[in-house]
Amino acid sequence: MSVQRPLSPHLQVYQLQLTSTLSILHRITGLWLCLGSIALICWIVSLAAGPEAYAGFDDFAHGWGGKVVVVVSVFALCYHLGNGIRHLFWDAGRGFDLKTTYASGYAVVAFAIIATGGILFLLGGAR
Amino acid sequence: MSLRTPLARARGLGSAKDGTPHWWMQRVTAVLLAPLSIWFLLCVLPMLAADYADARVWLAQPLNALLILAFALAVIYHALLGVQVVIEDYIHTRWIEVALLTSIRLIAFLAALATSLAIVRIAVGG
Repeated sequence: MSVQRPLSPHLQVYQLQLTSTLSILHRITGLWLCLGSIALICWIVSLAAGPEAYAGFDDFAHGWGGKVVVVVSVFALCYHLGNGIRHLFWDAGRGFDLKTTYASGYAVVAFAIIATGGILFLLGGAR
Repeated sequence: MSLRTPLARARGLGSAKDGTPHWWMQRVTAVLLAPLSIWFLLCVLPMLAADYADARVWLAQPLNALLILAFALAVIYHALLGVQVVIEDYIHTRWIEVALLTSIRLIAFLAALATSLAIVRIAVGG
């Protein structure tokens, strides 16, 4: 880049804080959920296609690759859901002061971890 | 020095004037997806481990078929809007940006069609 004008400070001059970490985590989990969504669509399409196709999906889902997709997607969905609701409150103009922003941030992290643990526990029981 | 008037040079350089529907639909789908995600985590996720016959019977029930169709279509729309912003933010080579934006639209369109057809087929017992 050969830009001659002064540039605004780059990302690396800022100290990483809870707010910025959660912000980029929202985007990362959103991108990861694309992968989870593709897995869900494969499940639905293979279920419609017949037993052979479904067996193929089952093999993938029970392999280590499938397990990683499921476990990480459950966490990603719990976090993205919690933080998404936090975003909706911001969109409504609420919870913008620093204290509330931090409190809701910690609440979302706690919710994501507890909900992920609970759902994986339930899933373990279902198998 | 340009011979064009200042007004002529300024024209067409404003906003694209179509940002608000993007922002708004991201929120509308989010509001729809919040309760559907909870339903998905609690009711659908355990079915991913079910065998073929059980999963097929479960998905053929009208309410399950309706909710999973709503969930899948809202997810695809919401994901398309989200990935679009990520591409616009990080891809600075114009032709790659346009190629990617077009690709994700086509992929989302095909994914929505494939999912809808599959669910309808299961729901009507085809």
